[in-house]
Amino acid sequence: MANHSTTEHSTSEHISSIGSSITIWLILLVCTGITVGAAFIDLGPLNTVVALSIATFKATLVVLFFMHVKYTHERLTPLVIVSALFFLGLLLSLSMADFGTRGWH
Amino acid sequence: MATAAVVEQGERENYLNATYGLKSWLLTVDHKRIALLYLISITFFFFIGGFFALLIRLELLTPAGDLVQSDTYNKLFTMHGQVMVFFFLIPAVPAVLGNFLIPIMIGAKDLAFPRINLLSWYLYIIGGILMLYTILAGGADTGWTFYTPLSTEFLNTHVITAALAVFTAGFSSILTGLNFIVTTHRMRAPGMTWNRLPLFVWAHYATSLIQVLGTPVLAITIVLVALERLFHLGIFNPALGGDPLLFQHLFWFYSHPAVYIMILPGMGIISEVVCCFSRKRIFGYKAMALALLGIAVVGFLVWAHHMFVAGISLYAALIFSLLTYFVGVPSAVKVFNWTATMYKGSIRYDTPMLYAFGFIGLFTMGGLTGLFLASLGLDVHVTDTYFVVAHFHYVMVGGMVVAYLAGIHFWWPKISGRMYPEGWGKLAALLVFVGFNLTFFPQFVLGYLGMPRRYHAYPPEFQVLNVLSTAGATVLAVGYLLPMVYFLWSLRYGKPAPVNPWGAAGLEWQVPSPPPTFNFDEQPVVTWEAYNYDEIPEPEEVPVGQ
Amino acid sequence: MDNSQVAVIEGHTHDNPALLHHFATEGQQKNAASLGMWLFLAQEVMFFGGLFCAYLVYRHWYYGDFSAASETIAILPGAINTAVLICSSLTVVLAVRAAQLNKRLQLVFWLLATIVLGLAFLGIKAFEYYEKFVEHHIPGVNFSFIEHLPNQPGVMANPHHAEMFFSLYFAMTGMHALHMIIGVGLFGFLAFEAWRGKYTSEYYTPIENSGLYWHFVDIIWIYLFPLIYLIDRHR
Repeated sequence: MANHSTTEHSTSEHISSIGSSITIWLILLVCTGITVGAAFIDLGPLNTVVALSIATFKATLVVLFFMHVKYTHERLTPLVIVSALFFLGLLLSLSMADFGTRGWH
Repeated sequence: MATAAVVEQGERENYLNATYGLKSWLLTVDHKRIALLYLISITFFFFIGGFFALLIRLELLTPAGDLVQSDTYNKLFTMHGQVMVFFFLIPAVPAVLGNFLIPIMIGAKDLAFPRINLLSWYLYIIGGILMLYTILAGGADTGWTFYTPLSTEFLNTHVITAALAVFTAGFSSILTGLNFIVTTHRMRAPGMTWNRLPLFVWAHYATSLIQVLGTPVLAITIVLVALERLFHLGIFNPALGGDPLLFQHLFWFYSHPAVYIMILPGMGIISEVVCCFSRKRIFGYKAMALALLGIAVVGFLVWAHHMFVAGISLYAALIFSLLTYFVGVPSAVKVFNWTATMYKGSIRYDTPMLYAFGFIGLFTMGGLTGLFLASLGLDVHVTDTYFVVAHFHYVMVGGMVVAYLAGIHFWWPKISGRMYPEGWGKLAALLVFVGFNLTFFPQFVLGYLGMPRRYHAYPPEFQVLNVLSTAGATVLAVGYLLPMVYFLWSLRYGKPAPVNPWGAAGLEWQVPSPPPTFNFDEQPVVTWEAYNYDEIPEPEEVPVGQ
Repeated sequence: MDNSQVAVIEGHTHDNPALLHHFATEGQQKNAASLGMWLFLAQEVMFFGGLFCAYLVYRHWYYGDFSAASETIAILPGAINTAVLICSSLTVVLAVRAAQLNKRLQLVFWLLATIVLGLAFLGIKAFEYYEKFVEHHIPGVNFSFIEHLPNQPGVMANPHHAEMFFSLYFAMTGMHALHMIIGVGLFGFLAFEAWRGKYTSEYYTPIENSGLYWHFVDIIWIYLFPLIYLIDRHR
């Protein structure tokens, strides 16, 4: 009496097309170039913001397309990623609540 | 698939006798056998840690530092802490009871990754060997907390091997947590929805989240301590621009949630025991499950309450103090709900239930005194005194160890196929309760009066309370040794256990005692809610020992 | 959230040797393995996160000294390495695709390509470390840092703080390189097994999950690159 749950094939059977893979690859390389170029322009404190934003954009592309998260039916995968980032955020932000306020009176 | 095969002399085939030989145990992938491997190793380390505790209490019988030198005393409390925390408290309930029961409770044949389960045990053993080496080579004396720059710059003791031991044990813990999370998501039998899971499983799920997300931070921190010690970096050294508090932040980011790794599985046990021996559904199932998750998540927000006097900014201290008050709320919810479960229940006072009563009272006291420590003003007065020592022993020993004993007694018939002698069980429970309170209650008073922790000598006016504490420790030791004796006795002379000696709810009480290797002859299909005590008959006879 | 899978236990003969005994179906096994790998990556995020936390704190406190230290690291090898890793992520994607399409030789080729790129990364890294050795920027007894703060020709950087930067530089890139080495070893093993025909469109889970690991190591580098090489370059 076997029946197959609908979640059985939820890890992506999606097969990447060569075209989309190369497109993402090119975007990643271009972004790397932009990151280097932007570092030589004086944007003040925004330099760091720009660099990390581009890095985050690149990382998102890798996660969504290369790691197939965009194509998976599995809701748990994005939840795991978001949870990890959330707890990392806790570590960084609550630590900075101390380190960033040491000099205050 | 083995059905109930009858082997010679009418003894049914089960996971214990299915195969023989050392290799069949050391290379097993059966979660139940791995649980027993852990049981033996964890008990061993418990007594090692306990041995150090006894030496500490012996030294503290007299005000003068006359039994050991101060450096040696530093090693005693360090090794006591490290062995107890990393080789007993963290792994005990998940690796022994969690491993054994979770697959059966959810209707699965094994955990999701049986070979990784075995790897976890081997990592634990390697860590344990490294810790034994550290002890035999002379020990570390940093305190279990490895604070820098003491641990990185100023000590000649075996800090790196101790650190490596902890790192390895930590990896074992991460893999166990990973295994449990995947198992709970992917291996449940048909009909075993999340809302029908025993709270024991929910508790281990919440624990596993902490293990997977928190332990890696400890791991990298230990790596940094080792690197700093080896290469004289300066990451935590103020003389080179480093900040010792960075170490403390990274260390406590794990080590505070770690205490919830210790207590949450115990809370899972208590839910099972209280329901069974009140013959009632748990009061507020959803609230209990959410409280477990709430403790796990909020537990990550409070770590700097260990650092109030270390030099963090006042603003950070305020934030962490407020957050620490929040973490008490879900724990309180659980205490209220256990109590409400017992209300108008049909209470039986078997040994597991005695331990459960003890847990609820002692954990509440420990938790309330935690709130004392959360208050900045009070904390300045009692931090680094015996008040803190008493607080954490109330929750870790009065809470977690008591819950562990409750669980071992409760599921012993299932694990071993034998009943333990109930009279001796009750006696041991009483000795543990009395011994525990005699050991640790005086320490609240001592701390409040100002006796600092981690000192081998103290002013004479503290002696009476210290003597009481040591006397209590002796009683407690007897209380711990008794089960060792009668559990071993029961393996040969104990009454053979029926399938469901307690009349308890849960899939584990539907398989034979002890279970067959693959747990179920047919995959169960679950159509009932958890804790369906209105449908389960009372046990025909309440089993008693010889 | 009901994910339970039905199974028939008794009398079940598995014709797929890759299906382990405690799973009911290949799908369940694949889902379990995938979730396991993602959880492992989650703990890796926290593992590296500790290092990023340390870096964040000291960069906040010693920004000028960190800039001065970062300027002594040549951008070009770092940028090339970033490109190398991005290419290796592409080869991994193509390897997974080849496995899904049952193309054994293509799979082996792309796995080997990934290994070559990984080794190239490590080689360039070794060169960079050598440069730091020559400049006495390796923390420890021979450390020496005599540079001005960027845009402040009269002010010297604090050598202790610069040493802090390099401690974190070696800890972070070293830990990353260690993960690369493990990845290269893993892919070597996979390439060997792929050559022997172990992976087909029916079963390629190890390829997919090792791919996830490799992409993760790439993402760590995507963040390391700007943080380490590109502080305050415009001065």
